Amino acid sequence: MPYNPDKEIISHYSGKLLLRREIPIDEATFKQLLHNSFFTPRSSINKKFHQYQCQRCGNYKRSLFGSIPCNKCDKTHLYCRKCIEMGRVMECEPLYEWTGPKVEWPAHKNACTWNGELTEAQQKAADRITEAIFNKEKELLVWAVCGAGKTEMLFPGIAESLKRGKRICIATPRTDVVRELLPRLREAFSGIYIQGLYGGSRDMDGAAQFVIATTHQLLRFKNAFDVIIIDEIDAFPYHADKSLSYAANRSKREDSNTTIYLTATPRQKHQLQIARKKLQHIFVPSRFHGYPLPVPAFHMCNSLQKDMKSFQPPKSFLKWYTHRKTPEHQLLIFVPSIILAENLCKNLRQILQDDNVVAVHASDSNREEKIQQFRNKKIRVLVTTTILERGVTFPAVDVVVFDAGHSVFDEAALVQIAGRAGRSPKDPTGEVVFFHNGKTEAMVQAVRSIKTMNKRGGFR
Amino acid sequence: MNCLWCDAEIIPEANWENLLILSKPKNLCSDCEKEFSVLEGKRCRKCSRKSEESLCQDCKRWNELCDNDDPLVLNFSVFHYNEQMQDMISRWKYRGDYCLGNSFKRYYTKAFDQEFSYLPKDIIAVPIPLSNERMKERGFNQSLQLARFLPLKTCELLTREHGEKQSKKTRKERISTLNPFKITKTINKPVILTDDIYTTGSTLRHAASLLKEKGCPAIYALTLVRG
Repeated sequence: MPYNPDKEIISHYSGKLLLRREIPIDEATFKQLLHNSFFTPRSSINKKFHQYQCQRCGNYKRSLFGSIPCNKCDKTHLYCRKCIEMGRVMECEPLYEWTGPKVEWPAHKNACTWNGELTEAQQKAADRITEAIFNKEKELLVWAVCGAGKTEMLFPGIAESLKRGKRICIATPRTDVVRELLPRLREAFSGIYIQGLYGGSRDMDGAAQFVIATTHQLLRFKNAFDVIIIDEIDAFPYHADKSLSYAANRSKREDSNTTIYLTATPRQKHQLQIARKKLQHIFVPSRFHGYPLPVPAFHMCNSLQKDMKSFQPPKSFLKWYTHRKTPEHQLLIFVPSIILAENLCKNLRQILQDDNVVAVHASDSNREEKIQQFRNKKIRVLVTTTILERGVTFPAVDVVVFDAGHSVFDEAALVQIAGRAGRSPKDPTGEVVFFHNGKTEAMVQAVRSIKTMNKRGGFR
Repeated sequence: MNCLWCDAEIIPEANWENLLILSKPKNLCSDCEKEFSVLEGKRCRKCSRKSEESLCQDCKRWNELCDNDDPLVLNFSVFHYNEQMQDMISRWKYRGDYCLGNSFKRYYTKAFDQEFSYLPKDIIAVPIPLSNERMKERGFNQSLQLARFLPLKTCELLTREHGEKQSKKTRKERISTLNPFKITKTINKPVILTDDIYTTGSTLRHAASLLKEKGCPAIYALTLVRG
């Protein structure tokens, strides 16, 4: 007897790779789906060349497999510890891949409801992106300086994909970025149902034509997207965690797909690929308001380590602060660690005689709220760790880094941090100061690459 | 060996101690181990809660509730319930990271050796059971894992009816609910109950009262965390 599952089931499970407990279908229906091979069980942990590999996250590190005396099958067997936060993958339980009928996603003619205008540089990049999607090119890297208006550049390409009834995903390593992108894209494509997926998000099923997700969420997809746009490919944890690129690769449609990478600071690996012409790229050298990137200034402080240990701001910072060129700007202070952020914040409050100094970091439960308050200018000085280094836009800020020589501030991080300043067209300048006790290679390289980018943008 | 919590490689430091006596390999790195907060200082002699008095308010109340005939002799807990502990327990128990439980082994057995050395050798370790449904969901019982750490005979005497998670209930609800446990055998040896968290003590007392009914002479408890 032929069995036709309803549309909802198809759109829900198409392009997914799930554990049984992630499939809320009653046992009888599920059996029928299996019988008709709409779902195909895939072994979850495979042995390959004397190495085990988790088929969901691609992990093959021995220390990240544990063995468990399983109560279900009465055997002691492996489970994956790497992706356990997304539900445990056990050797005795298969992963189910949807192999039933594919969804015919609708074609949307004029999906883009954004009526802003792209600058010349943006338009050029947007055309190139559209072309890549049109020609089904495999990969394209968009190298756009901080504040070039990357999101807007994507709109024509997205509209083109939707016109052709393609399924799109914008993936980014950071939850904050998903939260920021979602309302902007919902506004720009107001007729389209867009889902945002991240740990703890309200949309959970991922059954939309257009998905914005953290790269972690891609672990649940297989053979799903025609176009995948990966934002901030150089950001933590994407560039360091192999399982994320593994998942991103798997989530693409097997037959034809286009991947677009976005970055302001490509890692060496990609720069080399570009130089060898192995990776197509387009460079956007100028910010959308047409002003150059602010170049960081270095301030040497001899007693920096001592000050940091006692959670005091360096003296030369206080000197700079009182003689600042634009005292009306809000101030973002980057510090290398969470403890430092919290304690320094308390001391700054006393020294500046200002209660409007707030600290924010990754394990802060009020993080979203504080960032929003800073955006609304309710907070004057924000002390932060590297969580705010990228993806967030504040209109008029000065940026300061304490202990810029610390190993958490690599070249990419410093370029991104400098890129937080001067993002508003009304106020396109901003000071960026690195306080350090000895220049590091990363600092010098960061300034050099900012200057090179400005030069390529036609600034002197 | 890699750290069970953060997966950083553990490089043992060479010192006189491990040069002379081969020490057991650690399964947590020193940074993660530092985050553990072992219960120290003055505590309630009955429930291990931090308290200036030798018997805390909670236990006095339990005494009244049980008409001065508390089935549980005492509970000893190893750790404070700090943030790190919460994260670890949730990954171990709720996410089901079985191996992570092994990181508690050293502390748990040490506490047993120090605190319960006076007990007779034939004492039996009884884990707090999971309901069948919960067992299916998790695949292992964390209390049984703890019980197996101890150098004792382990015996799964109790069974449990399915109900809502204890951690989702309020104090009042916990204390007033019906006994979720069942027991079939009788027992004539003292028992040490093992569980991960002591919060209000109602779970352990439910189990203890049943054991007592079935003839158990004395019931102790060794829990990992005092919530």
